[in-house]
Amino acid sequence: MHLAYPAVLAALLFCTGLYGVLARRNAILVLMSVELMLNAVNLNLVAFDVWLRDTLHAGQALALFTIAIAAAEIGIGLAIVLAVYRNRGSSDVDRLRDTAETDAAEALPDDEYGTEDQATAAAGKAKKAEATA
Amino acid sequence: MTLAATAAHSGFLSPTGVEIAFVLVGIATLGAALVTVTTKQLVHAALWLVVALGGLAVEYLLLTAEFIAWVQVLIYVGSVVVLLLFGLMLTKAPIGRSPDADSGNRWAALAVAAASAGALVWVVVDAFRTTWIDLDGPARGSTEATGSFLFRHWVLPFEALSVLLLAALVGAIVLSRKRGKEQS
Repeated sequence: MHLAYPAVLAALLFCTGLYGVLARRNAILVLMSVELMLNAVNLNLVAFDVWLRDTLHAGQALALFTIAIAAAEIGIGLAIVLAVYRNRGSSDVDRLRDTAETDAAEALPDDEYGTEDQATAAAGKAKKAEATA
Repeated sequence: MTLAATAAHSGFLSPTGVEIAFVLVGIATLGAALVTVTTKQLVHAALWLVVALGGLAVEYLLLTAEFIAWVQVLIYVGSVVVLLLFGLMLTKAPIGRSPDADSGNRWAALAVAAASAGALVWVVVDAFRTTWIDLDGPARGSTEATGSFLFRHWVLPFEALSVLLLAALVGAIVLSRKRGKEQS
């Protein structure tokens, strides 16, 4: 097989993921695009391992390690996105501009968690409505 | 080796069956990936991601890396996409078309992606124009070969990776736990 086929496919997949990371607004869609980029790298690793016939099989071993690290990354990333959503009522990356939480809904005491959650979600919904209007 | 392989193959105009299959599956994979990053329906993006990742598993099979192909199916199609769907549902993602799926800088993103795609494809095609993969002989990534090299040469990174996975597990639990009263 010509080596250019997997290499070109990996390059195009990587650039697709790059577009997704830059253009998407929802944080979970950004994570999906990151997965696409990682998979493009995996395809390159496997193709070059098959081409070079390395005795250590470095390409395939690194591809397996990349898959494991990507699984860990997606777990942590989703936990962070869920925490951000719970605290701010939105997972849109270009609406998360503050490093500190300044919402008025955050002033509620922490033990009434359900009401705080609803209040934050309502605030987020109102913001979204006024953003789309 | 490269020259001998080049002489043995005839070129772009008479592709082998594996190459035809690779290109067809590659086109499907790339199309699914493009739909994933451009669709306005968030759940559909996750489902198209399944198609893209499954297509990549088929590409690994065509490159004789069986074990990685099945790991890809198990880890990515099996668990990562399910995690992403759970994430979409837990953040109350809208079902149906959402008009604000793309942010305002999508044209800049498109320019960056097109420029990098052009540069990468040009460099890669120029560099590997006369390079051929020899797919004959025993499979490079059968389960037997994978187990042998993984536990003969890569044991220490493997164990370090298991510690990293444990740390990620603990971190995800700590991050997603609701905050208790004593920590407020």
